[in-house]
Amino acid sequence: MRAPVSLVLGAALTGVFALAALVSLVWTPADVTALAVGERLKPPGTGALLGTDQLGRDMASMLMAGARTSIAVALVAVGIGMGAGVPLGLWAAARRGGLVDEVLMRANDLIFAFPALVIAILITAVFGPSAVNAILAIGIFNIPVFARVTRGAALTVWSAEFILAARCAGKGATRISVEHILPNIANLLVVQGTIQFSLGILAEAGLSYVGLGAQPPTPSWGRMLAEAQTFFYSSPHLAVLPGLAIVLTVLGLNMMGDGLRDLLDPRLQRAVR
Amino acid sequence: MHDGSPDAKGLARAAAFARLAAMARYLALRFLSLALSLAVASVVIFAVIQGVPGDPAAFMLGLNAAPDTVAALRSELGLEGGLAQRYIAWVGGMATGDFGISYTYRVPVADLVADRLAVSLPLAAYALLLSTALALPAGMLAAARRGGPVDWGIIAATQLGIAVPNFWFAMLLVVLFAITWPVFSAGGFPGWEAGLFAGLKALTLPAVALALPQAAILARVMRSALIETLHADYIRTARAKGLSEAAAIRRHAFRNALIPVLTILGLQFSFLLAGAIIIENVFFLPGLGRLIFQGITARDLIVVQSVTMLLVFAVILVTFLVDLAYAAVDPRLRKRG
Repeated sequence: MRAPVSLVLGAALTGVFALAALVSLVWTPADVTALAVGERLKPPGTGALLGTDQLGRDMASMLMAGARTSIAVALVAVGIGMGAGVPLGLWAAARRGGLVDEVLMRANDLIFAFPALVIAILITAVFGPSAVNAILAIGIFNIPVFARVTRGAALTVWSAEFILAARCAGKGATRISVEHILPNIANLLVVQGTIQFSLGILAEAGLSYVGLGAQPPTPSWGRMLAEAQTFFYSSPHLAVLPGLAIVLTVLGLNMMGDGLRDLLDPRLQRAVR
Repeated sequence: MHDGSPDAKGLARAAAFARLAAMARYLALRFLSLALSLAVASVVIFAVIQGVPGDPAAFMLGLNAAPDTVAALRSELGLEGGLAQRYIAWVGGMATGDFGISYTYRVPVADLVADRLAVSLPLAAYALLLSTALALPAGMLAAARRGGPVDWGIIAATQLGIAVPNFWFAMLLVVLFAITWPVFSAGGFPGWEAGLFAGLKALTLPAVALALPQAAILARVMRSALIETLHADYIRTARAKGLSEAAAIRRHAFRNALIPVLTILGLQFSFLLAGAIIIENVFFLPGLGRLIFQGITARDLIVVQSVTMLLVFAVILVTFLVDLAYAAVDPRLRKRG
C-alpha cells in the first residue's frame, strides 16, 4: 500500500516544519536578531545544536524562524490562488461554453504563457522587495491553476444526475455551485493546494535567494543560502542546513499531496496534473 | 467511395476541401490568439514598469538626483509624451528591432541582447538536451518495470529531484565539481572565442543544475504516459501477435506517449529561460536572465522592459509552435482550437 505510507511520511515531515514554525512564534533556542560575532561560524554540536552562522546567530533558531517565513508566504499565496481561482473556475463551469467561460479560460492561458519567475522578479523589483510583494507575485500565478482545476472538475460534476435533480428543485446556478459542486470537488482542491504550497515554498526560496523576498532581519531560508555562499567551503553547515530544510519541507508536502490524492478519491487521480 | 463514379469523386473532393478549410480556420484562430497574447503581454509589462510609483526617471536616478538631471533623463527616455504615445513608440520600435538605448551601458539594448543570447540559448539547449537524455530512458525503464524495485527507485529519485531548489543544487555542484574536484569552472564565462570546449566547460554545471528538476518532472510524465498507453488495445494486439514487451514499448507505446511528453517539453523551455535568471546569477553567467537582474539593480528600466518582453515573446512563440506541431502530429487535437 503506497498511499498511506507516503501520506503518513509526508504529513510527519510537513508537521515537523509546521510545528517548528509555530513554536518559533513564541520560543526559539536563541534570539535570531542577537548578533555575537565572537561566536561566529561554530560547527554543529559545539555549544549551539546546529552551530552558528557568519554573524554568530544560532542556526537552529534561524531555521525555525525561516520555516515561519517560508510557510507563511506559501500559505497566503495558496490562499490568494484559491480565493480568486476557485470562484472564477466555478463561474466558468456554470456558464460552460458561454462567453464568460471563453474569456476566463483565454485569460488563464495567457497567464500560463508568462514565465512566472520573470514576472515575479519584475513585480518585486518594481514595487520593492518584501515578503508581502513576494506573496502577491506567487499568489497571482496560483489563480489560473486553481481556476483551471476547479473548472475541469466542476464540469464533470455538472453533468451528474443529482445536479439535474437540484435544478428541478429550482436551485439557481450560484446555489448549485456552492452547495453541490464545491463539496464534490473539495478533495481535488486540497490536493492541488498541497502541490501549490510546495511550489510556493520553492518560489519563495528562489525570490529571497536573489534578495527579493523577506528583508533582513526577518530570517528566510533562501537568503540564508545566499549569505552562506561565500562560507560554503569553510562552513558547509551554513548552506547545507537551509537547503535540507527546503528539500524536506517540499518533499513532505509533495508526498502528502500524492498520498491524499490516492486516499481521497482514486477515480480523480487522472484529473490532477 | 472508391468506385470511381463522378459522385464519389465529388464527395472526396468536398471532404478534402472541408479538411483544408478546418485547417485554415485552426491556423487563423491560433494566429489570432498568438497576436492577442503578445498584445496583452506587452501592455502588462509596459504597465508594470511604467507604473512605478512616481516618475520612472526619478526612480532610475535615485533619491538624491538633482531636478535638472531628472528632467534631462526624462527627455532622453522619451517620457514627455502620454502613456499611450510612449507605449506605441516602444512596441513600434521593438517590431523594427529597436529595443531602446540602455541607460547604464549607453549602447542599444538590441546589441546587449545579441551578446547575452550567445550564452542563454546554448545554456537552455544544453539543459534541455541533458534533461531529455536523462528523463526519457528513466521514464521508459520505470514504466517497463512498473511496480518493481527499479520503478520505486526511479520514482523516489524524481520526488527528490522535484523538491531540490536548483540554485542550492548548483551550490553543491560548485563545491563538489569546481572546488573539491576542479573538473568544471565555478562561474563566469570565457566567451565562445576561447573555444567550444572552454565554453561547454563553463556551461556544464549550470546546465546540470537547470536540467535536474526538469528531468525529474519529465521522467514522471514519460512514465505515466507510457503506462497509460500500455493499457491500450493496440498494445494488447501487439503482444498477442508475439512482440516482446520491449518491442511493444519501442514500436507502439513510445510514439503514442510522446504527445504529453512534448507538451511538457514545450512548457519546460519557458522554465529553462526564466529559471536561468537565478542559475545565471549563481554562476555569474552573462546571459539574458542576468541582464534583467542587472537592469533591475541598476534601475535600467528600458533594459528590463525590453528583455522581459523578449523572454515572454520567446515563450509564447514556443508554445504556439508546439501547438502547431501537435496539430500536425495528431489531427484529433485540431478540433479543440
